[in-house]
Amino acid sequence: MFAYTTPLIGGLLIGVSAVALLALLGRIAGIAGIVWGAVSAQPDNAWRWLFIVGLLIGTVLYHVLSGAPQPQASTLPWWQAIAGGLLVGFGVRLGSGCTSGHGVCGIGRLSPRSLIATITFMATGIITVYVIRHLLGAA
Amino acid sequence: MKAIVGLLCGIVFGVGLAMSGMTDTAKVLGFLDVTGQWVPDLAFVMGGAVLVTLVAFRFVLKMQRPALNPRFHLPGTTVIDGRLLGGAAIFGIGWGVYGYCPGPALAALAYLDSQTAMFVVAMLVGMALANKAAPG
Repeated sequence: MFAYTTPLIGGLLIGVSAVALLALLGRIAGIAGIVWGAVSAQPDNAWRWLFIVGLLIGTVLYHVLSGAPQPQASTLPWWQAIAGGLLVGFGVRLGSGCTSGHGVCGIGRLSPRSLIATITFMATGIITVYVIRHLLGAA
Repeated sequence: MKAIVGLLCGIVFGVGLAMSGMTDTAKVLGFLDVTGQWVPDLAFVMGGAVLVTLVAFRFVLKMQRPALNPRFHLPGTTVIDGRLLGGAAIFGIGWGVYGYCPGPALAALAYLDSQTAMFVVAMLVGMALANKAAPG
């Protein structure tokens, strides 16, 4: 199969999920916002927790039904997982959104704020990988 | 009913993430490595998703109200300030450090790798710290 087929279909499914959530519940499918709402005990929270559970079920379902193997576990050291997690959590909360909230939903609503945020995190993500891989010479 | 919608939307989103390759940190870091051996596949994920939302949100937001809720819950802020830019910049750095953004990290918990759990716990701590440093 053409290498871009599964990323494209996967992306379309993410879009369909975001549209359904907005049309049915009136909610933005921004994962950072959903997670924060879930752990900070917002009212009317069941849908958030079940959405998160659904992410795991969907992932298992995909690998079981398609037979595609799970991706290799990261070879990066554990402290890099912690550092990355801290920065991601801090950044998405401060910047009010992540790849899904700003990238998929915000751009879908033609929000200038989300477009600028998406360009910014893409840029710093690319710069970070450049620095780690090509300046520091790490994996 | 709202809970069932949440679950089903989460499942579809999770299938999309796993299928697209976003739960594979090596692939994500390869995508961000534009000056190295660039793996362009993941551009199609955002492209496909935005294609759907760009078209369908037009119609959805013309509805009087969502089907199962009295009103739409949309972000009210429109200002582009240091908080937005700083937050997005820090998020991008963290994304580049390990290769997960929030959705794929949660979805990848299903692979039962302890480092993914560490990432998710650290992410929650980071969220709480940001909330303390800059509430709202």
